Amino acid sequence: MQMRDFVVRFAGEGGQGVVTSAEGLAQASTQVGYHALTYATFPSQILGGPTWTQARISTETVLSAGDNIDVLVAFNEEAYENHRSEVRDGGVIIFNSNDFEIENNPQSFGLPIDELARTTGNNRAANMIVIGALAHLVNMPQQYLKDFVTDRFTRGRDNDEEIIKSNHQALDLGRSHAAESGFNLGELADPIKPDYQQVMMKGNEAISVGAIAAGLNFYAGYPISPATTVLLYMERNLHGEGKFVYQVGSEIEAITALIGGGYAGKKAMTATAGPGFSLMSEGIGLAWMSEVPLVVVDVQRGGPATGLPTKTEQSDLMSCMYPAHGDVKLPVIAVGTVEECFYGAVKALNWAERYQGPVILMTEMALAERVQNIPRPDLSKITVENRLTYDGNNGYKRYEGDQLSPMPIPGRPGAYVANGSEHDDVGDTTHLASHHISNTERRFNKIELLKENEYESQNPDSEICILPWGGSKGPALEAFNELNAEGMDIGFYYTMLLNPLPPEMLEQLQNKKLVIVPELNFQGQFSSILRSLNVNAVSITQYTGLPFRVKDLVSEIKNLTETKTK
Amino acid sequence: MSKRNPEYDFKWCPGCGDFGVRRAIEFAMIDRLENTDLPIENNVVVAGIGCSGNLVHLLEGQQPYGIHGIHGRSLPIAFGVKMANPELNVIVVAGDGDFLSIGGEHIGPQAARNLNICAVVMDNGVYGLTKGQSSPTSKSGAITSSTPFGKIEAQADPLQLYLTHGATFVASGFSGQPRELAQLITRGMNHPGFAMVHVQSPCTTYNDFFMEMKGDAKNGIAPLVQPIPEEHDASNIDAAFELIQKPGVPIGVIYEDSNVATLDQKVVDMRSKARVRDAEALLGDFEF
Ligand SMILES: Cc1ncc(C[n+]2csc(CCOP(=O)(O)OP(=O)(O)O)c2C)c(N)n1
Ligand code: SF4
Ligand SMILES: [Mg+2]
Repeated sequence: MQMRDFVVRFAGEGGQGVVTSAEGLAQASTQVGYHALTYATFPSQILGGPTWTQARISTETVLSAGDNIDVLVAFNEEAYENHRSEVRDGGVIIFNSNDFEIENNPQSFGLPIDELARTTGNNRAANMIVIGALAHLVNMPQQYLKDFVTDRFTRGRDNDEEIIKSNHQALDLGRSHAAESGFNLGELADPIKPDYQQVMMKGNEAISVGAIAAGLNFYAGYPISPATTVLLYMERNLHGEGKFVYQVGSEIEAITALIGGGYAGKKAMTATAGPGFSLMSEGIGLAWMSEVPLVVVDVQRGGPATGLPTKTEQSDLMSCMYPAHGDVKLPVIAVGTVEECFYGAVKALNWAERYQGPVILMTEMALAERVQNIPRPDLSKITVENRLTYDGNNGYKRYEGDQLSPMPIPGRPGAYVANGSEHDDVGDTTHLASHHISNTERRFNKIELLKENEYESQNPDSEICILPWGGSKGPALEAFNELNAEGMDIGFYYTMLLNPLPPEMLEQLQNKKLVIVPELNFQGQFSSILRSLNVNAVSITQYTGLPFRVKDLVSEIKNLTETKTK
Repeated sequence: MSKRNPEYDFKWCPGCGDFGVRRAIEFAMIDRLENTDLPIENNVVVAGIGCSGNLVHLLEGQQPYGIHGIHGRSLPIAFGVKMANPELNVIVVAGDGDFLSIGGEHIGPQAARNLNICAVVMDNGVYGLTKGQSSPTSKSGAITSSTPFGKIEAQADPLQLYLTHGATFVASGFSGQPRELAQLITRGMNHPGFAMVHVQSPCTTYNDFFMEMKGDAKNGIAPLVQPIPEEHDASNIDAAFELIQKPGVPIGVIYEDSNVATLDQKVVDMRSKARVRDAEALLGDFEF
């Protein structure tokens, strides 16, 4: 049987190679031309703790982590018990027979992972034992994997050869052991190698590089899962003349430092998660009020307060769009794939410069840690925007009028007071109604500059459509593809631009009989915003801390279309 | 901008100490314009929220850049401005509540970084703008609108706090002596590092301790403000701690150490260890 798609779940304890196995399999597979995507959850403790990852390998672009698990690799008994039920019919369970034994499960075979690794003389080759075994199950040519190993460990060090040899040996041992088990799933179709240069990166890496490509030169952040990796990337890489990166003392300090930096002419960004975002709220209001460009990345995790720090959710939309007191509605971009992480970051920085104010870039835990192969962004094709600056003399009226105006930069003529209190033309505090009216309108008028018709749609003529946002895009698109193939009359819409929405798309949505919004929160946050915009939207909600499964979406969508369109 | 701007609708009460601080900052600013070739737009005044923070709108003469932000955050905003462009002269103006209470968490980190700015704190021992509640520097036992039975906390000692946090310049001034205060502010601006200028700035409406500070010779009241004796060695941290233990309010430079690298210098040093690569090169790390 030819397979086009291969889903492996690795489950065990932190430190057992659960994460590295999934990433290793994904890397090896993309190297030879497959597409891959990983999903990782982390235990909330530092060492050990139950954890699992998943890698999906396919001949086509992967949309979601996949619900039909072909192989479960169980590193310990608890993992086996917790995950066995999710293995598809006819799937296989590989268990680490150095750790435990399974009796009476004809679906499983043991692999003495540690022992085999030891015989190679390199305990760290355990991953390759597992990958070798998996390769046998889907008849992946051994040479693919060996080439990958050679490539990866050729690092110009003295022991390169030794390490390559032990890893090759591990691949062979894993493979022959699996062959002896007698199990086989079929043959994974040959990869269709993309004819363009690719990169393989995590969501947070893509955001970091995207921001740097858009001219980021000021970053301040405070550690918080799952946003910390952006700070770490910046600390290593945001260097050079005129660039500044700093781990500050709190999120309050981060946002206010960004205001100082953005005001002084920098392209400033921070990344945080819910708790930090809440602390930033007053500062974000100040940026909106005083008209200072900056970008806040919210890497969503689960729940209010400390919530679920290592799980995924899409429950910050309301707080991102309306983060502060008073009349505010912030520009929001929400990304749904690793590729969008890159381009979304570019757009967020551009938007901040274009309208001179704060922009929120939303992503989520599952994307932050996802490893995915994407076409290498072509930097010569991205547009980098810079704010309109003031080049006149002193005595400038920075806040005159109800539209965007050139922004003076300290050090150059045009001194004014950037004021978080309501202000007059030069930035002095005033409570006069005329100024509050014209400035409130000015702040909302500037949002008009961000309206762009960037969205995706399929079957736009259908009266019913699916409209996911953020990371639910993948599973929703897969569900749509399935329903579409079944002959259901349904459309699909998607955009990263949640505020302002693409006007053209909004108009189409307003004319639909039903717009179904899959989102990972309890309240149905996006659909309630859409309803306020005269869109007949209903949500499919889930709040498990995990992404949607395609099969659940398929049945929910069928359900809703039957009940809601009667 | 008060004289030129009738629309600006905040006024200090007559006799408010902040008038004197404003005068002092204007003097220091003029001095700077005369003695350097840096134009007015090289200066950024970052103001806290309180009666005191309104100073940023009330400066007469050539107008510097300003930020009037949110309560308690003048220091981290100033940090952002300074690190974005270390060439700028950044001055913080804030009240005792703003700086020591809601914004207190920011003093330690900026002192530890030796951020090269000058912070002028207008201490009136009360929350002026919100009409007279107790502040960290209100006296223990003080009856205020929020402490009707007397303040039960100890009175904060800001000078000790700055020294303990490692500020590399600590001065103490009085709003009733704008010329002298201007000199302290000029020294603070010129100091390479984190400069604190703590000013006794009485609130005529809610906490008027002007006479206490100034003294009243006719009625035999000795002034609380005392010029720091010439023999005081401001480079000696022990002497600094000793000085502030003495009764009265010392006026002058209490401590100064100009040999500590500033944050912007340290950032430049750190950068020399980093590999500088553009986005194109960074993307290359992910190719396969
Ligand atoms: C977050 C926040 N909390 C409370 C306030 C209300 N508030 C404005 S000024 C102030 C205290 C001012 O006292 P101080 O800093 O000593 O300045 P002064 O008016 O005495 O110069 C307070 C509590 C506010 N603006 N923001
Ligand atoms: S209330 Fe006090 S601090 Fe405020 S303006 Fe009046 S005198 Fe000055
Ligand atoms: Mg006060």
